[in-house]
Amino acid sequence: MTALSAAPALPEEELVRRPGFWAKARRHRTFVFSGIILLAILLIAVFAPLLAPHDPFMQSIALRLKPPFWHDKTVAEHLLGTDQLGRDYLSRLIYGARISMAIGIGATLMSALIGITLGLLAGYYSGWIDTAISTVITTRLSMPIILIALAVVAIVGPSLTVVIVVLGLLLWDQFAVVTRVATQQVCTRDYVTSARVLGCSVGHILFREILPNIRAPLMVVATVEMAHAVLLEAALSFLGLGVQAPLPSWGLMLSEAKTAMFFSPWLIVLPGACLFILALAINLMGDAMRDLTAGGRG
Amino acid sequence: MLLDVHDLHVTLPDQGRKLRAVRGVDLSVAAGETLCLVGESGCGKSMTALALMGLLPRRAERRAARLRLGLTDLGGLSDSAMSALRGRRMSMIFQEPMTALNPVFPIGDQLCSVYRRHTRANGAAARARAIEVLESVGLTNAALRMRQYPHQLSGGLRQRVLIAMALICEPELMICDEPTTALDVTTQAQILHILKEAQAARNMGMIFITHDLGVVARIADRVAVMYAGRVVEEGTREAVLRHPAHPYTRGLIASVPKPGGGEPGQTRLASIAGNVPAFHQEDARCPFLSRCLQRMDVCAETPPPVRQAPAGQSFACHLLPGWVESRAAGVEKRA
Amino acid sequence: MAAVVMVIVSVICFVLSNVASDPAVGIAGAQATDADLAVVRQTYGLDRPLPVRYAEYIGNLLQGDFGTSYLAKRPVLEMILERLPVTALLAFLSMALALAIALPLGCAAALWPNTLVDRLSQVLAVTGQAIPNFWAGLLLIVVFGVQLRWLPISGSDTLAHFVLPAITLGTFAMPPLMRLIRAGMIEVLASDYIRTARAMGIRPFALTFKYALKNAVLPVISLAAVQLGFMLGGSIVVESIFALNGVGYLAWQSMSRSDMPVIQAIVLLISMIYIVLTLAADLLNGIMDPRLRGARK
Repeated sequence: MTALSAAPALPEEELVRRPGFWAKARRHRTFVFSGIILLAILLIAVFAPLLAPHDPFMQSIALRLKPPFWHDKTVAEHLLGTDQLGRDYLSRLIYGARISMAIGIGATLMSALIGITLGLLAGYYSGWIDTAISTVITTRLSMPIILIALAVVAIVGPSLTVVIVVLGLLLWDQFAVVTRVATQQVCTRDYVTSARVLGCSVGHILFREILPNIRAPLMVVATVEMAHAVLLEAALSFLGLGVQAPLPSWGLMLSEAKTAMFFSPWLIVLPGACLFILALAINLMGDAMRDLTAGGRG
Repeated sequence: MLLDVHDLHVTLPDQGRKLRAVRGVDLSVAAGETLCLVGESGCGKSMTALALMGLLPRRAERRAARLRLGLTDLGGLSDSAMSALRGRRMSMIFQEPMTALNPVFPIGDQLCSVYRRHTRANGAAARARAIEVLESVGLTNAALRMRQYPHQLSGGLRQRVLIAMALICEPELMICDEPTTALDVTTQAQILHILKEAQAARNMGMIFITHDLGVVARIADRVAVMYAGRVVEEGTREAVLRHPAHPYTRGLIASVPKPGGGEPGQTRLASIAGNVPAFHQEDARCPFLSRCLQRMDVCAETPPPVRQAPAGQSFACHLLPGWVESRAAGVEKRA
Repeated sequence: MAAVVMVIVSVICFVLSNVASDPAVGIAGAQATDADLAVVRQTYGLDRPLPVRYAEYIGNLLQGDFGTSYLAKRPVLEMILERLPVTALLAFLSMALALAIALPLGCAAALWPNTLVDRLSQVLAVTGQAIPNFWAGLLLIVVFGVQLRWLPISGSDTLAHFVLPAITLGTFAMPPLMRLIRAGMIEVLASDYIRTARAMGIRPFALTFKYALKNAVLPVISLAAVQLGFMLGGSIVVESIFALNGVGYLAWQSMSRSDMPVIQAIVLLISMIYIVLTLAADLLNGIMDPRLRGARK
């Protein structure tokens, strides 16, 4: 079907452009902007225990539903307020970054592995292997991710690991599609033919000759899928079938806040804003990558 | 005079600087007359045509001392007034017929749309007129063709459809920007024939842009040779082709391969070394200076004046009129 | 290809409901003893070999029997069909909204590139794609439903009830459509045939909306079909926030309670609809693009 034939823009000179990449990237405003945000969130996630002022799991009946610092009824030691169980919101948001980053990176790596391998095989060997893999891709494309993910998690039982694995097993379709088309384009080039003639093993050709030269569109796909994974986990947790309480997933925090949101709007504004900022930064990074790796005159 | 252009300038923005594509061009075309605009790629002939039609890109600037079609001042018209003129009193066809028609509409629709835009005709009248004009350009089975899509027609047929589209409102002036360059020689001959017939039937003025001197020889009444944004020679076909006065024109004509070998003792194809320069600043020098074999010191200091050659055409050069004849005579004397 | 995919999808759904989870437990309940389970297995023929059960499953499907809900004890198809109109209405309204914004905005961005309109369209696109749609839904509820009290926030009685949900579901679909229109229009507006039309004096309005748009809109049809399919899946979140009694809400309820027959039927149905939508889009493309209508002459 049509989705399978979307051709990525492969730069004309691939590896040769590497020396100039970082110089150009440094000057690209979107790249720098989104890069800083992503780095910040990553650092927050990694150093969460050092940054969080309180224990995100510690409940306190007395200090329930205290508003953040811009409200008059705020409490000094809880900068962003507390939730309905008295847990410090700022700490929960900081620890929530860990979960979102874990999901984003974990699921993306897994789906990249699956998708790229499938795409390389399908693009390199045409014939029945390609037909078989294309059928698999089309099947996966026909099934709505969120329903499948929910169904599987419902069966297996929800947890953070399950969510990462399930999303990793479902998000590989774009990797496969783009890799397949890019591989087909690259296979006609001379260095692949000469590698074959020299008797290189298939594995070598796929991973040492072809893969490095199709990195550009794949980096863009990786950002798209990472944003996808983060938002999907949030949706799953929001529906109760993702990360389970008392873990501070931003999606879960939104779900927990549903009942109290009419009187304590910060409970939904803050975690949602975090998700938005993370997804935005990832998407902008993807756009910047697309700009920077567009071949030709640059 | 049907078309009267004096001192036309066109500048385009080019990465921060301004590119002067057309630098003071004068043109005139009478009704029923064909003017061929000749020159290399980059000399500004297409830009001139676009400037006349008001089809320059948004950021381009156009100014002219006089820009008149009949009694209408083209320079002072608004965009919508200009658009009402296009296709009705002046029309243009382009070089690439394969991509010039809208792929998702039948050609009948496209023809009728143009006709109905400019007249108050209803659907039936427009269709009848479209069939009429398709037949006049030699399209057989016109009624069937009306329902076909562009991808079902060959390049030559598509160009005929485009000519029909250009003629459907009986314009006074038609501009053809290298319409036969992308076609094979036989088709080329057919298209030229159609154009000449159409012109004769309607007493239409025609500007034909080409770099092919063979085409010029076949259809031109007058010839204007352009170089680097300026007209360097202009006159009747006889005068310019048989007795060229400007060194550039001479170079062009000499570089046409002649079966039989050209001049006695000539072993290689003659060509003019170098490329057409692009101009970003006002320049007092002769544009052809860098490639002219007859250059003199004065050519680098003052703009060449417009002189009249013995055969009657005008040319812009510091060399005196009749220099060709006197040199030839000089050679003969020495030889 | 489509047929093969449908078969594979049906296998996956069968596996989901009959292999990955134990139907006997589903029917008898979690508290059932082993003896109870054995009785259930015999009664429902759950001890027969899998291929036989799969054949029976397909046979049932073709007759319109999608199974019986464990919890409601009703035919699943009936339950789905009851709720389908709500979800269908939501999906179509969302798509209409997304197109209503994407088409004009994309055209405007292409007509005046790098101006305020274009920047605005880019901002909207990037924001729309990054916003978690359930967060948008919650915010809309708080702002429009509660603080401003303009629109109802739960239930599905009147058309007004669908406004906020449609906005929520549409925000994710709008950006890709708008980007595609913008890119397509920019390319088309620079084409030779638009130059011809302009040279023949066609007015700018007709030029854009009749001549150019018909060319640029072709790939949008395929994308819109795909997005519609996503919306059917994504409705699960929106329906549960806004308490719309549609198929998505049913799916969520079933998943929370492990009502497998309902889950697999919904997955199967939505996948089938998606496949049909993409086929329909191909068909529509063939109708609208004369070059695809087969070799003539």
